[in-house]
Amino acid sequence: MPRRTDIKKILLIGSGPIVIGQACEFDYSGTQACKALREEGFEIVLVNSNPATIMTDPEIADQTYIEPLNPEFIERIIEKERPDAILPTLGGQTALNIAMKLCEGGVLERYNVKMLGANYDVIKKAEDRECFKKAVLKVGLDVPRSTFAHTLEEARKAAKSIKFPLIIRPSYTLGGTGGGIARDMNELEKIAALGIESSMIHEVLIEESIEGWKEYELEVMRDNKDNVVIVCSIENLDPMGIHTGDSITVAPAQTLTDREYQAMRNASLALIREIGVETGGSNIQFAVNPRNGRMVVIEMNPRVSRSSALASKATGFPIAKFAAKLAVGYSLDEIQNDITRETPASFEPTIDYCVVKAPRFTFEKFPEAKDILGVSMKSVGETMAIGRTFKEALQKALRGLEIGHTGLDNKVDFKTIPDEKVRQRLEEPNASRIFYIKYALQKKWSIEKIAKLTKIDPWFIDQIAQIEEFEHIIQHELTHSLRLGTRALTKQLLADTKKGTLKSGGKATRFLKKEENDDVEILRKAKQLGFSDAQLAVMASVKEEEIRALRKSLGIKATFKMVDTCAAEFEAYTPYFYSTYESEDEAVLQNEALTKRARLPRKKIMILGGGPNRIGQGIEFDYCCCHASFALKEMGYETIMVNSNPETVSTDYDTSDRLYFEPLTFEDVMNVIEVEKPNGVIVQFGGQTPLNLAKRLHQAGVSIIGTSVASIDLAENRELFASFIRKLGLLQPENGSAMSVKEVLEIASRIGYPVLARPSYVLGGRAMRIVYDQQSLMLFIDEAQKVSQGHPVLIDKFIEDAIEVDVDAICDGESVYVAGIMEHIENAGIHSGDSACVLPPHTISESLVKAIKDQTRRIAINLNVIGLLNIQFAIKNGKIYVLEVNPRASRTSPFVSKATGVPLARIAAQIMAGKKLSDFNLSENETLKHVSVKESVLPFSRFSGVDIVLGPEMKSTGEVMGIDVSFGAAFAKSQICANQALPKKGKIFISVNDADKRHILFLAKRLIDLKFSLVSTEGTAKVLRSGGVKVETVDKHEEGRNNLLTLIKKNEINLIINTPSGKKSQSDMRAIRAAAILHNVPCITTLQGAHAAVNGIEASLEKEFSVQSLQDYYNERHLKCAV
Amino acid sequence: MPKAILYLEDGTSFIGQSLSTTGETAGEVVFNTAMTGYQEVLTDPSYAGQIVVMTYPLIGNYGVNPEDVESKGVHVKGFVVKEFCRRHSNFRATQSLIAYLNENKIIAVEGIDTRALTRHLRLSGAMKGMISTKDFDLKSLAKKLKAIPSMEGGNWVKEVTTKKKYIWKSEGKKATKKPRFKVAAIDCGIKFNILRILEQHGCETHVFPANAKFSEVMAIKPDGLFLSNGPGDPAVVTDVIKLTKQAAGKLPVFGICLGNQIVGLALGGKTYKLKFGHHGANHPVKDLESQRIGITSQNHGFCVDMKSLNPDEVELIHMNLNDQTVEGLRHKKFPLFSIQYHPEAAPGPTDAQYLFDEFIRMMECHKKKK
Repeated sequence: MPRRTDIKKILLIGSGPIVIGQACEFDYSGTQACKALREEGFEIVLVNSNPATIMTDPEIADQTYIEPLNPEFIERIIEKERPDAILPTLGGQTALNIAMKLCEGGVLERYNVKMLGANYDVIKKAEDRECFKKAVLKVGLDVPRSTFAHTLEEARKAAKSIKFPLIIRPSYTLGGTGGGIARDMNELEKIAALGIESSMIHEVLIEESIEGWKEYELEVMRDNKDNVVIVCSIENLDPMGIHTGDSITVAPAQTLTDREYQAMRNASLALIREIGVETGGSNIQFAVNPRNGRMVVIEMNPRVSRSSALASKATGFPIAKFAAKLAVGYSLDEIQNDITRETPASFEPTIDYCVVKAPRFTFEKFPEAKDILGVSMKSVGETMAIGRTFKEALQKALRGLEIGHTGLDNKVDFKTIPDEKVRQRLEEPNASRIFYIKYALQKKWSIEKIAKLTKIDPWFIDQIAQIEEFEHIIQHELTHSLRLGTRALTKQLLADTKKGTLKSGGKATRFLKKEENDDVEILRKAKQLGFSDAQLAVMASVKEEEIRALRKSLGIKATFKMVDTCAAEFEAYTPYFYSTYESEDEAVLQNEALTKRARLPRKKIMILGGGPNRIGQGIEFDYCCCHASFALKEMGYETIMVNSNPETVSTDYDTSDRLYFEPLTFEDVMNVIEVEKPNGVIVQFGGQTPLNLAKRLHQAGVSIIGTSVASIDLAENRELFASFIRKLGLLQPENGSAMSVKEVLEIASRIGYPVLARPSYVLGGRAMRIVYDQQSLMLFIDEAQKVSQGHPVLIDKFIEDAIEVDVDAICDGESVYVAGIMEHIENAGIHSGDSACVLPPHTISESLVKAIKDQTRRIAINLNVIGLLNIQFAIKNGKIYVLEVNPRASRTSPFVSKATGVPLARIAAQIMAGKKLSDFNLSENETLKHVSVKESVLPFSRFSGVDIVLGPEMKSTGEVMGIDVSFGAAFAKSQICANQALPKKGKIFISVNDADKRHILFLAKRLIDLKFSLVSTEGTAKVLRSGGVKVETVDKHEEGRNNLLTLIKKNEINLIINTPSGKKSQSDMRAIRAAAILHNVPCITTLQGAHAAVNGIEASLEKEFSVQSLQDYYNERHLKCAV
Repeated sequence: MPKAILYLEDGTSFIGQSLSTTGETAGEVVFNTAMTGYQEVLTDPSYAGQIVVMTYPLIGNYGVNPEDVESKGVHVKGFVVKEFCRRHSNFRATQSLIAYLNENKIIAVEGIDTRALTRHLRLSGAMKGMISTKDFDLKSLAKKLKAIPSMEGGNWVKEVTTKKKYIWKSEGKKATKKPRFKVAAIDCGIKFNILRILEQHGCETHVFPANAKFSEVMAIKPDGLFLSNGPGDPAVVTDVIKLTKQAAGKLPVFGICLGNQIVGLALGGKTYKLKFGHHGANHPVKDLESQRIGITSQNHGFCVDMKSLNPDEVELIHMNLNDQTVEGLRHKKFPLFSIQYHPEAAPGPTDAQYLFDEFIRMMECHKKKK
């Protein structure tokens, strides 16, 4: 069937900010869909509140709206754009929920907008648990026993009919927020109350626990001719009871016979038909009782999901792209498989490798939260690894996580861990359980025992046991030879160098006597099992580089295999590779063929991605990497992407000329470099991950383009940097760097408290603190040193009450373009990633702006930056202090690009490849007619018990953007985007610390003028009353009669302004902030934030917000500087 | 672990380890791309004379069980994988794959770059190969391999067909109701799952040896004739071709796989050998009548040449969407149709099981006429 002709304009809804449970996979799917639909000639209107996405680049859609994702705003966009159809199945749960509300509110009918992919009834049937259960039973499938509850009373009744443990799942939420497992009535009441609260329709499902069963997922696609295919099967290593997003998962399913797999496949086909998903992808989860094979259906997502992104990357089958084409009328057999080019999309990919996905947690950011896993998702990112065996893929995944492990290694000596602790860590699912399985094996615990404790299938435990056993062989039979070998090789290399005959590294086989030839085979086998050079180096007490050199001299080199959807049955064209240790290298073959065909010498640039998302390093960096690739392609370079994050656009095989799905470690990156031999490597776009590799790559002779490694080092090295700043005559807060506790204390007492203490070479303010006295400093220092790993700990004088400013600029070595100056809304001291900021600055004087630009220029030129540069300044009493200089892509680069229409990353990439700023028509002096506000989105609701106060350690997972003509409106929009909309009326609670008390009066008066009523705690109330402001007093303690907590719980408070008091413990306010999170009351913790909020409230009371597309905002300007 | 070599007739060789029986074996080397169902593959008689390479690298994960067999024995000549599972896990498993292969004296090799081997077979075509755990001399292997007959022209059916006629009954299952149809099935290497499905559809299936005469078949007064799958070159299975010619128009006929090729030949057409065959569980096939696409289980090295058939008599009803080859034929006048792939699956998707219903309808129709 050809494409539909009854629709011309399609509205696509994105998924908003990166939050736990919804990450950049929806940027990937949305971008794919936009591209596919525009290819078909449709006009695309896109809306997303997240500026760090590729999809919100103005060239991806025809009209791009960065506006809040809620029904009211989308309706305004529909009213303005009049699309014929809406495609809600590619923007995660957010888009689906909004589409449902638009439908319920009659908006779609009013404007005659069709729903593509899945209509209202279908979504309802799949999402509403009762409807879904009925559908499952109707097609003869099984479900866990369950019942619904809307009140606590109903929940208690349910518990009496079904046996504990019980699972509680709220209906209509993201990533299982508010769910849990209850083992007794007490737990049930707690969890059910929370669940009813967080459910959009105040409903929870109470269900027979199938905890410990095996968990599977199938990715299904259907077209309008009722053709259905399974794209991929996924088996979870972690059993039922742990959210899939937090589980280690494997593709394809490993322990199902064909009969069981086909039964699951048939069930999926029956379900997608019964639910009635017309076209597109769905994801269906199953649980299987390991004792008898009883299979039950868990749930179904009638949309593209995190798992479909994973399935796409795992198989090479682009689910989102095809889903988009199916939605507009094509059938599966009418779409060609891009990879084979000769076979249609109506097939089921078959793979000849094993894929392992591992979740990335950031519990270290929330020390108060336990790293225990359950049905509510906690991980912030993931890495995927491909190997020829599970063992290889698992070890690659573990080193790809970048959590300090080089594989399934021995970071902790198992002998030092008490048995009881191991038992506990095995029994209670947690973030490091996989390592405890190994410790248990090292303690000679049986596979059965471990399987029983963990409820993980013995197949997986045995695979891990094989790694552990082989490690034993390496330790006993290989390490000695490795030592001898590396020594021999070093000697030989030295001799060769002296003779000037440095050949290919020579042969280090001298250490291998004839009968010891086995050693070579053991080493080869070790590599096949995924042992990294770093792991082997630690075991043999030699350097990683030495292992690498030895290995290469023995001919043990990584080989690359292609991901081709068909297990080599057909010739594949799409260049997507993974490394393994086999006999044939397909990347080499492909490169030879390309060279033969090329008319001109090939020019290649390799871009190192950012690895798994984490707090501090997320989609913003992937955004930059993608742009580097696009920009360099335009210049005629072949681009090569290396990354390990399956959620991203950068790991779409369409993004670069060749994609290597590899962990971002020195070893894995070097393997690719040796095969590709790129002319240059870009390390400054992928965040701290590739930057940390820069030095070693440089030392290994790799050509790093852009800012030199020496300059990067200068910016990171405190002492060098301090003298650099001094030489330029600029100001810096007093500081020092220290390697010991003694030095730290000395520096702190020299420069005076408060100080900002932090480790070096980290991103996202990891383990960064403002410390007010020596005692706290002592406490903190331990952690900082751990995180710093041999690098010095940095101590800065903390400048209180300063305005912080972020600057993004591009430098070509000769001139500088200051792309954006962002004024933080919160004072210095709050991590720039967590702080809201506004562009252009709204309270800084023109002369200061000029001075900031001037300082930026001097720093950039003198640091010899080629490419992007980010500087953080603090302004106090008219003086400008340089806080930090980062000669790399910054978290704010995409925001600045969206705010100004200048594609920073693109320009920077081309400059790194030799262009000059003068090649682009850029002007700093244009005044923007609009204001952009970036607001961060915090994951506190996921981590119970964590205080929500912001500080120098970054905690946010994502960001949103509000654009409008005034600051107030832009700020108010940003708050709506961040799901903390400011109230237009009602009651506001104000409680501020002593320092803020004198400033609050003015604010309070304005709020009264705006017809709000105020409540305060005793201290603040006194100040307000003395200023003539009417205020009600409440008790902040729970015991009090008229206490704040009760008011919050009764939803009587609409906004909380609470600034914490310095270093003092704020335990009573903590409970209030926690309650605010729970009841979704916006909570402002800084005075500056409060000012901005009042501004925003005023703007929202003034008039209804209007919506405007990016193209409209800066159409002319954008065209002018199109690259 | 003893070393093993896989030597191909074009001189290429791969070194791996033998995990089961040692010795030497030879056959046509083919690859199978199914990710599950190794036990069904091993016991599928259509693989007689072939060394099977599994493209999925981890084999043996769920062990073996007594239920998932497609015949009474293992028919492959050799089995080549990347990695055998040391410890299987599945609630139905009764034995490990390695033990099972040992028991059936099948030489199995692991540790081979099966993707490189598959690519090689794709580029150069399926070819003869030899596995040895004792002879590593390439010249000597080449000589031995030369003596092995090629797949083309070889009659493998007589190796796997039943010696005498029998009536199928699934193990452990009591006949629930009286069978509605009597089917004569010619066993060229029939898979049990075909018999199971016919049974489920109310058929009493009489399984005949491949050299059965038309008169013997008619003696049981069948409602329909079924032509089974089987190994090797269809052109040499002359007894069955002759039988099919005799039955055409007199009995409803349904053929699967080799049965499809035999139908093609019986109707005056020709067959040819595919470069590397279809062996897997993910081929899209379009039912040209309903326009629906099914994902199919495939296992064949030969194919019917549509051009060789009279378009007035025979029509193409199913087509492979990957390479547009023949996947199903129907006679325009007689109640006769055949399918090149495996609607009975095992292993693979069961999307095409509706074809058995069609056979039943044909028999119903035929019965009424009588």
